[in-house]
Amino acid sequence: MTGLRYVYAVCRPFGTPLQAQLTGVGGDPPRLVPHHDLVAVVSHVPEADFAEEPLRAHLEDLDWLTTVARAHQGVIDALTTVTTPLPLRLGTVFRDDSGVRTMIEAREENFLRRLDRLEGRVEWGVKVFLEAGPEQAAEQAAERPAPQPAAMSGRDYLRRRREQTRSREEQWQRAETFATDLHRTLTGFAEDSRLHAPQNPTLSGHSGRNVLNAAYLVPRGESEAFVEQVERTKDDSPGLRVELTGPWAAYSFAGEDAAGEEASGEKAGREGTA
Amino acid sequence: MTTPSRLPDPYGQGGGANLADILERVLDKGVVIAGDIKINLLDIELLTIKLRLVVASVDKAKEMGIDWWESDPALSSRARRDELARENAELRERLARLEELEPRRAEEEAP
Repeated sequence: MTGLRYVYAVCRPFGTPLQAQLTGVGGDPPRLVPHHDLVAVVSHVPEADFAEEPLRAHLEDLDWLTTVARAHQGVIDALTTVTTPLPLRLGTVFRDDSGVRTMIEAREENFLRRLDRLEGRVEWGVKVFLEAGPEQAAEQAAERPAPQPAAMSGRDYLRRRREQTRSREEQWQRAETFATDLHRTLTGFAEDSRLHAPQNPTLSGHSGRNVLNAAYLVPRGESEAFVEQVERTKDDSPGLRVELTGPWAAYSFAGEDAAGEEASGEKAGREGTA
Repeated sequence: MTTPSRLPDPYGQGGGANLADILERVLDKGVVIAGDIKINLLDIELLTIKLRLVVASVDKAKEMGIDWWESDPALSSRARRDELARENAELRERLARLEELEPRRAEEEAP
């Protein structure tokens, strides 16, 4: 078995070596496949896991997926400390190095253009959560059938429902205003931004409801100012929680060219897999 | 290993990074390229994973925040309880409206 090539990212050649102990997907250390002015970062992975059929089956196994996702992110993270990687989506697999080079060859201009755009930039993630306050907790309790006091009259019940609805609407209104203002402010400190779908609280393990989930493209040199700006907002928002993650590789900005520059190579790629 | 200068320390990353943050990026973002190994990209759309996981492991799926079946009456006892609670609430509202329409009669009938 010769093994397949799992590709994490495409970068410009970089001088600093990766951490010696860094392991990627399947425990294989990331290796470099250079081609012209670009280098693909790959791991050798077994066909038993990454050929079409086993890969499809594995993708439905959350434990497997979690392990691979963390390994993928680990390599991208390591690359981010030494260069500006163009991260590929999880599960990009080729037969051999030559297949990887052919892929780079076909998309060379596109990669170079994207790398130029992202050079020296990192991504920061900012999320805003509406904390479950005492009112909300009480309301949730009231919505459960069991603790409903049997003695309450229909009219009292209706009045209480109205009050709860009003208070919930006010909370949402406040959270939305805060998130909108924060996003506007942070956009001013970033070169670009993306709004992502709110995260499910159970998946993220966070408490509260996610009202803003945004990504900002920020030059490394300006990251400190960006982070300080986020930190400043943390205290003036009772009932709301602001969370910062990063620096990430520019995942959220890697998949698209600047406006109006849809690459034909990318389109062909998408159609090829449809 | 040297970190580029003036880059603040990582926030919420490393081993403790939130799984949702990671999956959101490595599955949903990044450059999409068709490799030699053809997988239908839909296979790794989060939504599809969510749906399929339910079959694999309910606990794990719940951990992932996947609980759509809980609100589908055909699939869950909790959903049936919710259904009852909703019906209960509707009845209470109807009762309240009736009481408002006929307050005196309601009072007279009280023992």
